[in-house]
Amino acid sequence: MEIGLNHYLVLSTILFSIGLVGVMRRKNLLMLFFATEILLNSVNIAFAAISHYYGDLTGQMFAFFVIAIAASEVAVGLGLLIVWHKRHGNIDLEYMSTMRG
Amino acid sequence: MELYLYLALFSPLVSSLFSALFTATPKKQFIGIVASGLIILAFVSSTILLTHILSGGDVVHVELMTWMAAGDLYIPFGFVVDQVSVTMMMVVTLVSSVVHVYSIGYMDHDKGFNRFFSYLSAFVFSMMILVMSDNFAGLFIGWEGVGLCSWLLIGFWYHKESATWAANEAFIMNRIADLGMLIGLFLVYWNTGTLQYEQAFAAMPSLSTDILTWMGIFLFIGAMGKSAQFPLHTWLADAMEGPTPVSALIHAATMVTAGGYLVIRANPLYDLIPNVGLFIASLGAFVAFYAASMALVNRDMKRIIAYSTLSQLGYMFVAAGLGAYWVALFHLMAHAFFKALLFLGAGNVMHAMHDELDPFKMGGLKKPMKATFIMMTLASVALAGIFPFAGFFSKDLILEVSIIEHHYIIYSVLLFTAGLTAFYSFRLVALIFHGEERYKLFGIHPHEAYKFMLVAMSPLLILAIIAGSFKMTYFEMVTALLPATEYHVHSVAMYWIMTIGTQIFVILAIAFAYKKYAMSPVTVPDGTSKMENRLCYKILINQYYIPYIYQEYVVKPYRELSTIFWKEIDMKIVDASVDGIAKIFYSTGENTRTMQSGNLSTMLKWMVAGIVALLSLAVVFGLAVRYSDEIKVILSGLGVQ
Repeated sequence: MEIGLNHYLVLSTILFSIGLVGVMRRKNLLMLFFATEILLNSVNIAFAAISHYYGDLTGQMFAFFVIAIAASEVAVGLGLLIVWHKRHGNIDLEYMSTMRG
Repeated sequence: MELYLYLALFSPLVSSLFSALFTATPKKQFIGIVASGLIILAFVSSTILLTHILSGGDVVHVELMTWMAAGDLYIPFGFVVDQVSVTMMMVVTLVSSVVHVYSIGYMDHDKGFNRFFSYLSAFVFSMMILVMSDNFAGLFIGWEGVGLCSWLLIGFWYHKESATWAANEAFIMNRIADLGMLIGLFLVYWNTGTLQYEQAFAAMPSLSTDILTWMGIFLFIGAMGKSAQFPLHTWLADAMEGPTPVSALIHAATMVTAGGYLVIRANPLYDLIPNVGLFIASLGAFVAFYAASMALVNRDMKRIIAYSTLSQLGYMFVAAGLGAYWVALFHLMAHAFFKALLFLGAGNVMHAMHDELDPFKMGGLKKPMKATFIMMTLASVALAGIFPFAGFFSKDLILEVSIIEHHYIIYSVLLFTAGLTAFYSFRLVALIFHGEERYKLFGIHPHEAYKFMLVAMSPLLILAIIAGSFKMTYFEMVTALLPATEYHVHSVAMYWIMTIGTQIFVILAIAFAYKKYAMSPVTVPDGTSKMENRLCYKILINQYYIPYIYQEYVVKPYRELSTIFWKEIDMKIVDASVDGIAKIFYSTGENTRTMQSGNLSTMLKWMVAGIVALLSLAVVFGLAVRYSDEIKVILSGLGVQ
C-alpha cells in the first residue's frame, strides 16, 4: 500500500489529539511544554505533507518558521521554568495560581 | 412705561435671589430691609403704571422673548398692564410691601429670617407673573409658582409635624384642582388654537356652547382649588400653621383671590355661559354661609379669620358668577386691605400672648395693646360692612347685584351671612380685647408690637377706611375692560330700605356679640357647658365633619390602596423584574468566576472547549451552506415557507 496524503493527515490528527489531551491533562509544566511541542509538530507534518502534495514550497517554509518559533518559545519557557523552580521548588501547575476565582 | 413694568415684575425676583444667597447664614437685619426696599420699588413702579392707566394712557404690552414656538403653538413671555392687572398689581405690591416691613419685626427672633424673606419675595414674583401675564400659559406658571411658595411658607416651621402636614395638604388639594385647570387650558388651546387672552376670547363666541361650558367648568375647578371653594376648602384653615404674615399676604389678600382673578380675567368666556355663572354664584353663596357658620364657634383666632376669608371669597364668586366682574374685583381689592390688616393685628396679639391662639384665654388686651386694638376693631368694622368703611361699598354692592339679578335666595343667604360675619368678627374682637383679663391666669405679660410694625400696618388701615371712596374712579377705569353694568336698585325707596336694613341687621349682630362676650363674664370652655354639648355646636366645631370624612373615606382607602399596590404590584412585579435582571448578572458572574481561577490547566481546558465549539460551528455552517438546496426541500416538505 502506498502511503498517501491521507495517511500523513491522519497521523497529524492523531498527534494533535495526543498533544491536546496532554495540554489539558498534564500538571507538570515541563510535560506541558512537551505537549505543546507535539501540537506544533503535528501541524508541521500536515504542512509538509500538503506542501508536497500540491508541489508548493510555501507549506514547508512555514513549517521551518514554526520550528524556529517553537525553539525560541521553548528557550524562553525553560528559562522561566528554571527561575520558578529555584524560587518555589516545584513546577506543578496546581500551585501556580494566585487568583482567587 | 416698559421700564416700570420690568421693575415691578423683576425687583421681587432680585429680592428673592439676593435673600437666597444668605439662607445658610445667621439672621441679618439688612436682608429684611433690602427685600422690603425692592418690594416697595415694585409698589412704586406699579403706582406709576396705575397713574399712567388712570390718566387714559395706553395699555402697556410687552413681549420679553419667545418662550415656546412649535408648529402653530406660539407662547411668548408676554406681559400686559391693563386696567384689571394694574388693580391686582397694586393690591399685591401694596400688601406685600406692608407684610415685608411687618415681617422684619415679626420674624425678629426666628432662625429662618433670611430664608423667610427669600420665600416671601419669590411668592410676590410668582404672583406678579400670574396677574401680569398676557396668556394662559404664563398665568399657569404663576399659578404653580404661588402654589409652590405657599407650600414653602405654610411648612416654614418644618420641624413641626402639623405644619408640614398642612403644607402637603394645601399642595395636594391644589394639585387636584390644577389638573382641572390644565384640562381647561388644553380645551382652550384645542378649540381656539391659541393661549393668548385676546385671541382666545375673540375666538370663543363662534364655538359651541357645550365646549364653552366644559372650558368654563374646568377653568373654574382650578379657581376652586386656589380660592379654597367647597369641596376643596379644607386646606385654607389648616394653612394657618404658617407664620402670620404669610397668612396675611398669601391666604387672605393675594393668592387665594387668584381664583377670582381667573374668573374675572376670563369674563368673555363666562359671559357666554350664564348657567356656569349661576353655578359659580350659588356655590359662592353656599361657601359664604358655610364658612361663616364654622367661624361662629371656632376657638382658634387665625382659623376664625381664615374662615372669614373663605366666606368673603364666596361673596366674590357670587359677584363674578352673576356677571358683575368689576364688583368682584372691587370686593377683592377692599377685602385684601382689611383682611390683611386683621391678620397682621392677629399676629401682634399672637406675639404678645406667646403664640396662644385661643381667644378665650385672652380678654382685656385693649389696655396693653391699644394700637392693635384700634386697628383690629376698625378692620372688623370694615369686614362687617359698616358705612363708610371699605367693606360697606363692596359688600353691599354684591347684595344689590344679587337682588337686581333676581336671585333672591342668594340674596337672603348673603344677607344672613353678613350678619354672621359681623357676629363672629366682633366675637373675636370682644374675646381678645374686652372683658376680664383672663390671660393673667396663664401668667402672660402682653406687650405691644414694635412701633415700626404698627406704622407699616397703617397704610392698610387707611385704605380699609377710605377704599370705598375710590369706587367711581375705579369703576371708570376697569370698565374699559370689564362689562360696564351699573347696578342700581330700581326705586330709591327700596335702595334705602335695603341699605339701612342691612346696616341695622349688622349692627344688631355686633351688639349681640358684644353683649355675649364683652359684657357678660366669659369662662374658658372646657367641654362641660350646655352649649358645647349641643349637636349644632359639635357639627360646627368639627367643620361639618368634612375633614373627618376626607380622612376616613378618601385618605384611608387611598392609603390602603397604595399599600396594596406597593406590596402586590410594585414589590412583586416591578421591583421583582428589575431585581431579577440584576440577579441574572450577579448569578452568572458568581457561577462563571471559577473559570477565571488563574490556574493554567483550567484555562487551557476552557481554551480547548472554545476551539471545539468554534470548530463545530464552522462545520455546521459549512454543511448548511453546502446542502442548502436539500435543506430547503426538506423544510418546504414540512410546510415551512
